[in-house]
Amino acid sequence: MKDRRPLYLMAPALAWLTAFMVIPCLLILALAFFRRGLYGGIEYTFTLENLALVFDPLYAGIFLKSAAIAGLSALIAVIVGYAAAFAIAAAPARRQPILLFFAVLPFWSNYLVRTYAWIVLLNREGLITGLAQWLGFDGELPKLLYTESAVVVGLVYNYLPFVILACYAPLSRLNPEIAEASQDLGASAWTTFRRVTVPLTFPGIATGFVFVFVLSIGNFVTPALLGGGQFQMIGNLVYAQFLTANDWPFGAALSMILIAIMMGLLTLQTFASERASGAKREDS
Amino acid sequence: MGTKPFTTAGLSALALMATLGAVQAEGLVVSNWDGYMAADAIDSYTAATGNAAELVLHGTNEEIMGKLIASKGKGYDVVFVSSPFAEVLHNLGLAETLDHSKLSNIANLYPEAMELAHDPGNTFSIPYAWGTTGLCYRSDLLAEAPDSWNDLLVPAADVSGKTTMLATDRWLLGAGFLAKGYSVNETDPEKVGEVRDLLIDAKKTLLAYDDTTFYAKLVSGEAELVHAWDGWCNYGIAENTDIKYVIPEEGSDLWVDTMVILKNSENKDAAYAFVDFILDAKNHGWAAENILYKVPNKPAMESLSAEFLESFPNMAIGAEQLLSYEQLRDVGEGQRLYARTVSEIKAAQ
Amino acid sequence: MARTANSRLMLVILAAVFAFLYVPISVLVALSFNDGGLPTAWTGFSVKWYGELFRNADVMSAAFNTLVVAVVSTIFATLFGTLLAIGVEIRRRKGRFLETIIFAPMIIPDIVLAIALLSFFSMLNVTMGLHTVILSHVVFNLAFVCSVVRARLKTFDWSIVEASADLGASTPITMIRIVIPVMMPAIIAGALLAFTLSVDEFIIAFFTAGAGRASITLPMQIFAMIRFGVTPEINALATIVMAVSVIALALSQRLNRGGLPGQ
Repeated sequence: MKDRRPLYLMAPALAWLTAFMVIPCLLILALAFFRRGLYGGIEYTFTLENLALVFDPLYAGIFLKSAAIAGLSALIAVIVGYAAAFAIAAAPARRQPILLFFAVLPFWSNYLVRTYAWIVLLNREGLITGLAQWLGFDGELPKLLYTESAVVVGLVYNYLPFVILACYAPLSRLNPEIAEASQDLGASAWTTFRRVTVPLTFPGIATGFVFVFVLSIGNFVTPALLGGGQFQMIGNLVYAQFLTANDWPFGAALSMILIAIMMGLLTLQTFASERASGAKREDS
Repeated sequence: MGTKPFTTAGLSALALMATLGAVQAEGLVVSNWDGYMAADAIDSYTAATGNAAELVLHGTNEEIMGKLIASKGKGYDVVFVSSPFAEVLHNLGLAETLDHSKLSNIANLYPEAMELAHDPGNTFSIPYAWGTTGLCYRSDLLAEAPDSWNDLLVPAADVSGKTTMLATDRWLLGAGFLAKGYSVNETDPEKVGEVRDLLIDAKKTLLAYDDTTFYAKLVSGEAELVHAWDGWCNYGIAENTDIKYVIPEEGSDLWVDTMVILKNSENKDAAYAFVDFILDAKNHGWAAENILYKVPNKPAMESLSAEFLESFPNMAIGAEQLLSYEQLRDVGEGQRLYARTVSEIKAAQ
Repeated sequence: MARTANSRLMLVILAAVFAFLYVPISVLVALSFNDGGLPTAWTGFSVKWYGELFRNADVMSAAFNTLVVAVVSTIFATLFGTLLAIGVEIRRRKGRFLETIIFAPMIIPDIVLAIALLSFFSMLNVTMGLHTVILSHVVFNLAFVCSVVRARLKTFDWSIVEASADLGASTPITMIRIVIPVMMPAIIAGALLAFTLSVDEFIIAFFTAGAGRASITLPMQIFAMIRFGVTPEINALATIVMAVSVIALALSQRLNRGGLPGQ
């Protein structure tokens, strides 16, 4: 009986995912084994050439580059987001939902509108330059927009609320008594934070990191607008195969390898996360 | 975990799918770029023909193509796409073979517009707007007026970091092909490789790849020299008369945006009526006057005032000159090489 | 003593993060009052874009569609995602296959899911519309909700569930009375996340929407308008969306006398 109960809980979600993700995506990903037709249709001759092409240094390079950008964005977002979530969870209980609301509110505007706001801030004739000049700075500011840093700022900004939400979930019910007990035993506030709070909320940190990483690596708007199209994420590459080159087989091959690599990384993440919270789970 | 839950899941999902169904749009569905025809064109069409119609928007050729290919064009009646994409729709069997007897206003087209390389005789596409790709610049900020593609690709020191290039692959490569004196449809790997190296070098002096807001960058002074479609440069000229457009001495491509009726359309008569409505000299002329793109419609272009042509000199480029430029074509298998080359350029440091 | 130092630090953190979040937003709001149409040059104060916006029926109906998609898909995703998370966490045996399916919606590139769903619906001759957009949004939303809820469940003390069972409570009662209330903040966080993702999602919506105007969402409308950059009209709309949300929150605070459910 123990094993059946979870199945019923999972059934609606699994049914949904099977019908609207597994089946449709398998049909598309299977195209990786066929050829692109002359005009962009599919020619049903079996080939492994698309999959082999993914390992071309060009694409591997783009993958590594976008993984680096996504990883850096995720790292920054997790540090800032965790701090914010911690501060929110430390606020009086009745204020917490309001703070959470205001952390998410900017993201109900629109992705493009927010991105354009950043362009207005960062461009050479923009507000930051204007502010610097007004403050009496008359040298040449470094190029702010259309740089890798601008892409990272844009990604961190847009995905920060997801980290805050993911970290807030475990922080919200972290028993204050645990921290107090630790401090009663003579641990400093910092030690308590590092040795007790962080490990107990590590699943939230890991989840937040994964959110930003996967959303960033698949993003194709921010690199185009804030990076001036001079940087490519995997998202841009996949998008270009499906829509620009009309090469569905290669797009499918790229996606397949991407999914496989990400699954590998996630296995590591789950493993790390289980280990970090392992001590806690032993007794449950 | 066993397979049983998945079988159950799959079956219930299929049952769910079977119950799906909603009212499809009534009447004609036209997909066009935003602001590429009169805001009231649909209403006037309905008033003139009695056919219900609605306009939907696509941001890029690529988006609407992806959607049309995946859905076999179901639900759409008339789409506006650039000519290489119209060719793809035709090659994939999604475009309707046109019956010119249902298009009485087709006589308004310039004879040149009936002989376009991508579709001689307009068998599956009707040209809507056409023009050139060149350089758009701030004449008050540049020391010297540009006249060559190399002024963009290898800019003078004071212009370095203040140039933009179109991000869309065909036009991005096109600038390189034209600078080298090659065909804009060149697919010889060696020549494409040369162009790739040229464009990678050009990237070092580039502010950004941009095919939407380059004219705004010119107006603000963030950029001084940009790779632009002539009509789009006119948006900058409208804001600042110091902005000028020039076709480099090596030439341009001829781009053509077209109207295509889809084979799977269930409102073909209404679709023909719509295309014919647009080809009406007054309606097509409205587009030229307000969207600032040249249209291949003779009486429409002749109705433009001398003053207007003086404000927007590139509107006066004639059909004959346009036809002297090579049109972008669908390059079939070559598209893979282009996609890879653009990835290489954009991935270069 | 340490406590005040800490709460001061908390205030500093909150101030800094909210400043980062709201500086671009204040630019966005300011631009909605820009007289000129270019996104980069200020040419004077005007409220004309708000007038334009209210006359633009297309944008208004797109905004309404977005709200429908976001609300409905969030409800489904929150329900399914939470149940899925509980189910996965109480299973003793963790299967790689199961984990893969749960993570997949977050990892599959949007464009792949978008094209896959469109081809699939088209193959089965499903009539497309707002309902197909909702179906598709539930796919990735439920995965995100599930992740957030699981992050909380990892530190959940299952002994209280066993205690409840020992006291004779049935499984559904235990769920409703014990597990769900304890999980509420995480569920709310998950729902907020799903709503936020859905409101902003473009590519899947574009592909899974029907051909007509009836299923156009706001991101679809705005992405199409990007041809001219973002006009102040869109900034005006974003401003209104945020203002209405704040008013709705203020009203609900009044009704609830502080605190959302679960607090």
